[in-house]
Amino acid sequence: MRDLDVELLWWEGCPSTERALDAVKEALADLGMEGVSVRKREIRTDDDAHDAGFVGSPTILIDGVDLVPAAAEEQIGLSCRVYRRRDGRVSPTPDPDDLREALRSAAERAEVTK
Amino acid sequence: MTLSIGQVAPDFSLLDTQGRKWSVASYDGAPATVVVFTCNHCPYALAWHDRIVDVAREYAARGVRVLAVNSNDADRYPRDSLDAMKDRVAKEDWPMPYLHDATQEVAREYGAAVTPDVFVLDAEDRLRYRGAPDANYDNPGERAEWLREALDAVLSGSILERPETKPVGCSIKWKS
Repeated sequence: MRDLDVELLWWEGCPSTERALDAVKEALADLGMEGVSVRKREIRTDDDAHDAGFVGSPTILIDGVDLVPAAAEEQIGLSCRVYRRRDGRVSPTPDPDDLREALRSAAERAEVTK
Repeated sequence: MTLSIGQVAPDFSLLDTQGRKWSVASYDGAPATVVVFTCNHCPYALAWHDRIVDVAREYAARGVRVLAVNSNDADRYPRDSLDAMKDRVAKEDWPMPYLHDATQEVAREYGAAVTPDVFVLDAEDRLRYRGAPDANYDNPGERAEWLREALDAVLSGSILERPETKPVGCSIKWKS
């Protein structure tokens, strides 16, 4: 048994960090995993971005795996990330259903105690 | 430098994706001009794009001119290169020219900070509104209402109750 490792990578050039953090916490609460903490890691430089494989802010890693795997055309660097909602709309944050689904799957893999 | 409400906007001369030259000067008698700083890769600019396009189409009949300007550093962000701008316009139906501010001089003169950043000018090219298109990038039902309010006020000669809002979006990618 172990906790999930949830990490939010962010860059100051995008205003969506707090919204993304709130979305992660809400999804965790929906799944009864309020006890899981979310680490924030700031990406400050191009070197940081390359070291982290950072394709845009916010990027949410669950047990080190990107919630939404980066598409081939996404470039590493300091930028704001483009997500698609399930209804096709462009959004600066992931679809809440995608977030919950990824957390649920990771929790099942990790056999997290709820 | 940041353009203030009531100030005359600096003129510029920029080329669009088809190589045509555009100026903000009101030589063509436009009763209002919208200068919107935008780009290809920012989720906020993309989320608001269709609403701005709708405004451009709907207000064209009333003489309003909309100029979209991309000022991002294309060296570091190739998705904002002139070629990428051309590709996008070719694939989409744009009712407004997409101008390339390669030197970033126009963005600096206007004090543009993010994409999208909307500037509404009256017939004398004075700044009447600066800010976001509407209150919520995530809600297409907002219909760029703040921008529409500004244009309606300029076109009717009435006082604009909300001349400034906080622009929301991705920071403009300045050359280092």
